Amino acid sequence: MAITTAQSPFRTDPLTGLRIDLTAQALVKVNAVLAVVFLLVGGTAGLLVALTRWPAVHLLPADLFYMALTAHGIVALMVWIIFFEIAVLYFVASTLLSCRLAAPKLAWTQVVLMVVGAAMTFVAILQGDSSVMMTSYVPMNAAPHFYLGLILFAVGALIGCGVFWGTLVIAAEEKTYEGTLPLTVYGCVIATIIAVFTIASGAIILIPTFLWSLGLIKSIDPMMYRVIWWAFGHSSQQINVTAHITIWYTVAGLAFGAKPMSEKVSRTAFLLYICFLQFGSVHHLLSDPGLSSAWKIFNTSYMMYLAVLASLIHGLTVPGSIEVAQRRSGLNNGLFEWLRKCPWGNPVFSSTILSIIIFGFIGGVTGVVMSVEQVNMIIHNTIYVPGHFHGTVAGGTTLAFMGLTYYLIPVLFQRQVIMKPLAALQPWLFGIGTSIFAIAIMGAGTLGVPRRHWDVTFAGQALGFEWPGMAQMMLAIGEIGGVIAVLGGALFCVIVVGSILIGEPVPANAKNIVAPPADAGGHKEIGMGGFEAPGTFILAMVLFVTLVLYYFVNFKYLATLWTLT
Amino acid sequence: MGYSFTAPAKNWATEPIERTEILWIVIAGSWCLFMFCWMIAWHWIGNQNMANEAYKTTPEAYAKKVEEFTAKYTVRQDKSDPSLPVVAPPPGSDVYLAASRWQWRPIVEFQKGKSYRVHISSLDWDHGFSLQPENINFTAYPGYDAVVTMTPNKTGTFGIVCNEYCGIGHHTMLGRIYVKE
Repeated sequence: MAITTAQSPFRTDPLTGLRIDLTAQALVKVNAVLAVVFLLVGGTAGLLVALTRWPAVHLLPADLFYMALTAHGIVALMVWIIFFEIAVLYFVASTLLSCRLAAPKLAWTQVVLMVVGAAMTFVAILQGDSSVMMTSYVPMNAAPHFYLGLILFAVGALIGCGVFWGTLVIAAEEKTYEGTLPLTVYGCVIATIIAVFTIASGAIILIPTFLWSLGLIKSIDPMMYRVIWWAFGHSSQQINVTAHITIWYTVAGLAFGAKPMSEKVSRTAFLLYICFLQFGSVHHLLSDPGLSSAWKIFNTSYMMYLAVLASLIHGLTVPGSIEVAQRRSGLNNGLFEWLRKCPWGNPVFSSTILSIIIFGFIGGVTGVVMSVEQVNMIIHNTIYVPGHFHGTVAGGTTLAFMGLTYYLIPVLFQRQVIMKPLAALQPWLFGIGTSIFAIAIMGAGTLGVPRRHWDVTFAGQALGFEWPGMAQMMLAIGEIGGVIAVLGGALFCVIVVGSILIGEPVPANAKNIVAPPADAGGHKEIGMGGFEAPGTFILAMVLFVTLVLYYFVNFKYLATLWTLT
Repeated sequence: MGYSFTAPAKNWATEPIERTEILWIVIAGSWCLFMFCWMIAWHWIGNQNMANEAYKTTPEAYAKKVEEFTAKYTVRQDKSDPSLPVVAPPPGSDVYLAASRWQWRPIVEFQKGKSYRVHISSLDWDHGFSLQPENINFTAYPGYDAVVTMTPNKTGTFGIVCNEYCGIGHHTMLGRIYVKE
């Protein structure tokens, strides 16, 4: 049934009961579809990289390898993710608050700017004289339109954040919701605040670099570039963390009727992100000259690890809220009945739970350890680093976004997901492939294999040497995992595009997929020994022990090295 | 009401926190505090730390220092690459290593158990100093002369790999350090 207001037409989604602004719906669709298109482009570049770094295949020549690697970094790490995040922002602000989207014309400007910017940078890369990697460290130089494209893209993203905030203002003024902002919206507010900091840092360094590439500025200090660039480069990953954790909470609510265990705890943890997450940019500068240890320690620890504490809290409270909801609905036996009887074949759920596990155990544990000032010396710029951030960004963020996409296809496009058995398989294919990739190349990195390197066999080099057989095997296993992950990603793109184009319409009498109130079953006394979520607590302790052991293993290894003072 | 995507209950700010969460916050928070103290403590109890010593320089000035250093202590030409001098500085002295596209120069020879003040800088773009198989990694910038005091505890032939991407010849960029008894 469609409802029309004075400002903008709405429809009420029969499936979820959500009141959807049609303008917002169009913009969410466009941003999400563009995101998936760029995921396909970024994934293809990733496949070429994986097939080249797999020593037995070694597909591309050096120049094309470095070009593909630059494209993969920028498209997969920035373009796909930010387009999807803008879609999430518009959806959350308008649909969850039953509000019209602010300034639709500006929102369309966002789309145009981001498309033009991404295309401009991508073309610069394909032209061949901008294979400078995503980081584009000066004084290495790219073509001017490489930087200009990134600047336009960032301006578009900034406009997106403005539209989101404008929508919140309208929702508050028109009283489209009551009381406090929902946790999901609150998480998005945190993400956009971090985004503004990120984009400002990017502007501060990329605009002078663009002018330098035109010859208008004589030189850019390499240290200044790295310090400010990482305030942009790493912070953009902090937006992703905030966004995908927000999505975990949202999906837990949508798929299980889970309520946050404690709003107070979850909101405080998000607040810690605002205060401390940005310091993490210094992780990339730990092995750089000219910066003092005191400065490095303060920043790399996110001011006494308070942002790490926040992530550890979310890591417990999201699965904890699912456990509480499952137990309240009757699955209250033993430690793990609630977990066994989760809908493992539902891609919305499996994507989310795999995202939580991979982000925690692979991305999180390694991230905390490698960002220790001293341990970084045995990890910096080895292939361990991409291993780590594929655990966070591919296994964590991308997988979480995939899960939300499966949820949104029937809501926004009013189509059913096609090829259901393959859709059930897809998150596992992508998640397991990514995990194999990340773990194996971190193994190779621990043995010293460098990142961003075309030929680790050093063929024909007088000073060449041979890596341990284990390192070469790890590289091969890792890249096979990478190929599996790309297949999983490609399957995702096929399913999404296929569902939109040829998916069957959602039947009129379809079940409301927002779960009924969780405590309707009357199971008030849940859990064990006074703990409402004992199973989650045990799992969290497994993570904790893994982290502690891995931390000390690295120090033990570090202690065997040459003395360095 | 009270889902993550709907407004929270009115009393959300005063609701008691469940026991699972409190215990986890205490455990995780204690560990965070420990990691922070341990990272500081390693500067006293550990033997592997980042040096805080660095100087502003220019590629020209640094290249000159490397040249003088090489001329002073060269003992032979290298067997693997006869175009490269092998430099054997006395223990305790300043050692100048230069990264440029696409080579680490010169090759140096250290004695096990002796300390050297190793200077690392670049003459053009950013480069990586990755000592293998020890797996010790630093970044070299142009214009910054970083000093780290190294004391080898093993003998052998050690490769220096560039692990900061530096253009099309990046994968051919290598160097070497010999450590003898």
